[in-house]
Amino acid sequence: MSVPEDGGRAVVDPMSAREDPRRAAGGPSVAPTAVRCDGVSKRFGGEVVLDNVSLEITKGSFTSLLGPSGCGKTTLLRIIAGLETPDHGEISLSGPGAAASTRPSVAVVFQQANLFPWKSVYRNVAFGLELAGVGRDAVERSVRSALEMVNLAGTEKKRPYELSGGMQQRVGIARALALDPEVLLMDEPFASVDAQTREELHDELLAIWERTSKSVLFVTHSIDEAIVLSDKIVVMGAHPGRILREFDVLMPRPRTEETTRLHPEFADMRHAIRELLVRSAVDPSGDGAS
Amino acid sequence: MQAAAAQGAVGTRAPEARATARRPRALTKSGDPLVWKWVVRLGAIVAFFVAWQIYAGHVNPILLVSPTAIARTFGHMVADGTLPTATLQSLEVLVIGFGAALVAGIVLGLVWARYKVVDWAIQPFVSAIFSTPLIALVPLYVLWFGFGVSAKIAIVGSFSFFPILLNTYQGAVSVDPTYRDTARAFHATERQMWRHVTIPSCIPFIAAGINVSLGHALTGLIIAEFYTNASGLGGIVLKSADTFETARMFVPIVTVMVLGILLMSATRWLKRAVAPWAER
Repeated sequence: MSVPEDGGRAVVDPMSAREDPRRAAGGPSVAPTAVRCDGVSKRFGGEVVLDNVSLEITKGSFTSLLGPSGCGKTTLLRIIAGLETPDHGEISLSGPGAAASTRPSVAVVFQQANLFPWKSVYRNVAFGLELAGVGRDAVERSVRSALEMVNLAGTEKKRPYELSGGMQQRVGIARALALDPEVLLMDEPFASVDAQTREELHDELLAIWERTSKSVLFVTHSIDEAIVLSDKIVVMGAHPGRILREFDVLMPRPRTEETTRLHPEFADMRHAIRELLVRSAVDPSGDGAS
Repeated sequence: MQAAAAQGAVGTRAPEARATARRPRALTKSGDPLVWKWVVRLGAIVAFFVAWQIYAGHVNPILLVSPTAIARTFGHMVADGTLPTATLQSLEVLVIGFGAALVAGIVLGLVWARYKVVDWAIQPFVSAIFSTPLIALVPLYVLWFGFGVSAKIAIVGSFSFFPILLNTYQGAVSVDPTYRDTARAFHATERQMWRHVTIPSCIPFIAAGINVSLGHALTGLIIAEFYTNASGLGGIVLKSADTFETARMFVPIVTVMVLGILLMSATRWLKRAVAPWAER
């Protein structure tokens, strides 16, 4: 197709040479990779949803997949989660446990939280651990600490439908965190909560990420959300679904919604990504980066 | 009239919804709609019995007896033990027949949903039997099981089986795919998928099936008691009609009616208790 071989790798941001503080902190000079996608393609019927997509997620980093609907960002996440199989290409998950068949190294947070209404909050959060056959005491410890992390301690006995949308999504995050995964896959987790709750959840997620050093892959269609949260933004285009360009976000951490939005780089980056998305929507055949 | 209907509609919602739903409609002016609903409802019931009582005084008591006469006979039949004995006979058949149908319906429904082969094999039979008026099979049951309790249990069982089977199947094949995805993302095995996702999703469906099925079971019960040896509540109806004891005939009818109402309410309560999420 028209996407050049290295199209997905072109990092044009002039600031990208700056040292990432996370990498500098005692880590090896070349950051290890948590997830690697190699030439992943997927069709649904006649539509090419993903066309030769390659992507690397650095261990401990926060990466966003950003793009319009139909760009295959959710499909890519589902492939990494093992919920879809790619037609071509390979996914490799590194890190401890990745070789095991059960793939304990990833956990998914879904768009609609997808909590089981027949289970209490406690049982929902314990779900992944119980399936894995973890002992009762260990489950309890993990569930408590996961619920504390999302500020929901004390809601253990509630049913999901007794909670607000934002709280349900927090439970969804706690369910994933309880597994203590290497990689957290988040599929537009805040798309269906109101704007104010979304900002609160951004700050909470940032705080959790600072504390747990998880690798996060975050699917979103909101430019602002991607900038506020991410180390790296992978911008995708639709028809066929492909990577247009990657942006490194080098605003200082720890961040909050507020500090990031007020940072001078925020507007520039927002503008650059917007331009890219508009151009690729007008001329889908071009790679948008030229 | 229209206002009463609107109030009735509001009154049937969940309690917390009622408070908010009422406000914009300004129904508060005419009083609490819940109170009104029950005033109208009780009024209708009282009016019905008063009309019946008055009308029954003017016709041949073989054709229609008054509510008070039925109540008197009810008292006699409880006192001399006929009604309790008959009720227990009927309940025995109902419980065993319905219980067997419940277990068989749920198990077969789940198996049907699980295996494509079973689905292909079973479809024609289910459609055929589902379209057949089951009452046509009653003489066959008598031929196979005789006139005793086992024939009655078979009749009640076959009358109550299908709603449970069909609802269980429907519940198991219409599990919200997002729940399946979630379980798969957390590496659920097939057994875990059944236990944590499919079966819980079926519960509201099964509860609805039980509700329909109980109605069928009561119909089957009375038919069984009519067409095999006359026993239980149906037996009293049959014998009393033969001897033109109209009041005696009404007593078991009222008993079955009350039994039906109690069973239906119990199922609704049970559904709310075991599947509260399905109420919204």
